[in-house]
Amino acid sequence: MSQFIDRRQNHKNKSAVNRQRFINRFKKQIKQAVSKAIDKRSITDIYSGEKVVIPKKDISEPIFQHGAGGQVERSLPGNKDFITGDRIKRPQADGQGGGSQASDSGEGSDDFIFELSRDEFIELFFEDLELPDLVKTKLTQIKTRKTVRAGFTTVGTPPNINIIRSLRNALGRRIAFGGKKKKALQAAEKKLNKMLKIKSGSSPEIESLREEIKALKKEIKKIPFIDPFDLRYANKIIREEPTAQAVMFCIMDVSGSMDETKKDIAKRFFILLYLFLNKNYEKIDIVFIRHHTTAKVVDEHEFFYSRETGGTVVSSALELMSDVITERYPTEDWNIYCAQASDGDNWNADSPRCQQLLLTEIMPYVQYYAYVEILPRHHQSLWRSYQVVKETFQTFNMKNINNITEIYPVLRKLFQRKQHE
Amino acid sequence: MSNREPISKTSEWNFELLEKYDKAISHIANDFRLKTFPNQIEIITAEQMMDAFSNVGMPLGYSHWSFGKQFVNIEKNYKRGYMGLAYEIVINSNPCIAYLLEENTMTMQAMVLAHACYGHNSFFKNNYLFKTWTNPDSIIDYLVFSKQYIAQCEQKHGVEAVETFLDACHALMNYGVDRYKRPARLSLQEEKARQRAREDYLQSQVNELWRTIPNYRKNDSSNEQEQALSFPSEPQENLLYFIEKNAPLLESWQREIIRIVRKIAQYYYPQRQTKVMNEGWASYWHYTIINSLYDQGLVTDEFMLEFIQNHTNLVAQQSFDTQYFSGINPYTLGFGIYSDIKRICESPTDEDKQWFPELVTQHWLDAVHYAMEHFKDESFISQYLSPHLIRDLKLFTILDDDKNDYIEVSAIHDLDGYQHVRDILSSQYNIGDLEPNIQVFNVDVRGTRGLTLRYYQHQGKPLNDSANEVLKHFYYLWGFPITLEIVDNDDACLKTYHCPSQEPKKSESVKKEKD
Repeated sequence: MSQFIDRRQNHKNKSAVNRQRFINRFKKQIKQAVSKAIDKRSITDIYSGEKVVIPKKDISEPIFQHGAGGQVERSLPGNKDFITGDRIKRPQADGQGGGSQASDSGEGSDDFIFELSRDEFIELFFEDLELPDLVKTKLTQIKTRKTVRAGFTTVGTPPNINIIRSLRNALGRRIAFGGKKKKALQAAEKKLNKMLKIKSGSSPEIESLREEIKALKKEIKKIPFIDPFDLRYANKIIREEPTAQAVMFCIMDVSGSMDETKKDIAKRFFILLYLFLNKNYEKIDIVFIRHHTTAKVVDEHEFFYSRETGGTVVSSALELMSDVITERYPTEDWNIYCAQASDGDNWNADSPRCQQLLLTEIMPYVQYYAYVEILPRHHQSLWRSYQVVKETFQTFNMKNINNITEIYPVLRKLFQRKQHE
Repeated sequence: MSNREPISKTSEWNFELLEKYDKAISHIANDFRLKTFPNQIEIITAEQMMDAFSNVGMPLGYSHWSFGKQFVNIEKNYKRGYMGLAYEIVINSNPCIAYLLEENTMTMQAMVLAHACYGHNSFFKNNYLFKTWTNPDSIIDYLVFSKQYIAQCEQKHGVEAVETFLDACHALMNYGVDRYKRPARLSLQEEKARQRAREDYLQSQVNELWRTIPNYRKNDSSNEQEQALSFPSEPQENLLYFIEKNAPLLESWQREIIRIVRKIAQYYYPQRQTKVMNEGWASYWHYTIINSLYDQGLVTDEFMLEFIQNHTNLVAQQSFDTQYFSGINPYTLGFGIYSDIKRICESPTDEDKQWFPELVTQHWLDAVHYAMEHFKDESFISQYLSPHLIRDLKLFTILDDDKNDYIEVSAIHDLDGYQHVRDILSSQYNIGDLEPNIQVFNVDVRGTRGLTLRYYQHQGKPLNDSANEVLKHFYYLWGFPITLEIVDNDDACLKTYHCPSQEPKKSESVKKEKD
């Protein structure tokens, strides 16, 4: 006799361990794919999976097999017009003849392609940045939600009982059920009083009236004071927290000295700030400002990919930022964040101007300002000017970094602050 | 036709209906003398099916990245719609476990019940290879043991060490099989109890082989040397077994892991040898059983139409020149042969009488049972493939000799060709022909401890490029240099592979000469 078992509710991620092992084993290749993807993607497009391609030869599990050649005879189905002794030209594709090349017509059979899930993608992105675990979980969490009141319901838990509503319902019900009987009772009592006034003592009529009153009273008493039917509960629904909007300024030096590696580091720095803001704000605007001797608001593609040469005047970017803020982002409506990446080059006479701009025009309106100086040979005047700003404003943070693992510390304060709130 | 009520009228299934169908099917199966293990039928979801599928169909197994790769691949193909999932997986165990996909319609569930739980199941129970080589009572226990053991090893020695070691074992997995010697039965308790003892004993044996202190009992040193010259005394085909028992530097946990890989390879060996017979048998019976249900009026016309469509897809054979051709469909071939046996028994033509004199006198049911029980693919085809079926499938053979710049059609479905087509097709299922014949030939016991493998080349077929990679794994397991000699039929050496490769040594000697 057969036995049937319903296993559908059982654990389903049996292969999770093996999948993880697979990813660990090919981490190098997969990370490369992630890196490439970050290169190509827009900053705001960081939350999605990625297709990973691994060359088949890297992933194969070798076994002893016959190669092409030698004397091979095989049987095939579907002969149409061959007769014994026919000679056919050997197909060029692979020397095995016959049908085996049919399988090659599919999608690039030399590569092993698979999808990295969104979580795995972000995880690998974070791994490069060496984020602390707490921050990682914070960033990967789904949006913050808040429970809010929304009227009343008939079902719920005892702590949510609304007493006024419930008792009001109980009263209404008691009136509805008991009203007729009470009227009848009143009428009977009136009648009884009348009768008692006319003649004292007892008569069968009075007795029956008394019986009736007794019965009515009993019935009225039977109506419960409160019934589950009366209960009303406060209704609470989960609503995504109404969040303010934020604007993120990305400022990058694109003078000749910023090469591709530096730009790559800068991009990750911007992405990280974006991720943070995305978790805390409903709406985010990003403004890309690139500068050399003059500054310009550009789109993301131009920001990362077009090249310029020439000197560097940082204040031009700061002025532009200040202008954009006054024009488009009134500070009472917008939270303003700024991430600036540079290699530290600046025209010496310009640095005091930058300091001045930051202290008076920018920092008072900005939530957080993070500055990274990438691969500096030695600090120049800009660094020293910024240090003055740092001493004045807690919301200003700066760091010089050599590689991407050092990005996180410059944003650390930002995360810490939010965690305490 | 009887006027009985059909069991179900819609395509929705539920457990009650499944049980009714199972009862009806088992009744019919019994009439046809299908003897089976008890069935344990489990309904699973698509995700669970992918899990099971990527673990070579086993309900549990040790962790390894290659299963993850398999999973990722299946998941990708399934999500993109390149492939449907298997309707069922059936495991050769007692009770026989079958997984049914929840998405199947009622018709498919009934078909799968007949196919897996009565077709495959009876094959597992009665085919001589399975009877001799596998032990369905204890396989699940053994898998539990191996999973636990390997997890313990990972804890003790690190995931990476175990993984690398398993990689090496997997490379030689197909060479971990005894083809002639019957393996001992496995059981969980024995396995555990003996595993400790085995560790000590194995190590002592290995030590004995590699002892460097002269053996005092045998003072005759020439005798000893002679012995040393010829170790192993005969070429060994079970490479993993040889390594397990003789590799000088392996630790006992590593030997145990080799043993686990070996045992599992051995377990799958009969399945690899009976693909055509097994799938053919299951297909033949789902076809026969469902038709019998229909004849009894237990299923509706709609049910039958859906069933026939699925069955036809299952046993469709693509021609060699279509885009979808991917070899001979084992379902088609197997189903064709069993159906043909019945046809020959019931209404033989003159041709059949000449080719199958022993069949024409038999009852068809005896004949198909006999055919299922006593053969493997290779012998099954060479025994039963009839000219009739060769004509139906329009089989022909091609001879591809790398000495010529053309391919020759060596036989087609005509009177002169039948025998040749049958021989060639049969040899296509001979695992001995499909896998390069590689054996341990010699070990330099007293010298470098190097090991020599020999590939006995047949019909000039070379090894492909992965041989070098496999040798690296072999070297990793053995611990001392590996040489692979390719020899022809006259034992003349055609080519040698070395691991580690010998080029650097040459350059060293050149340097010395220069100096």
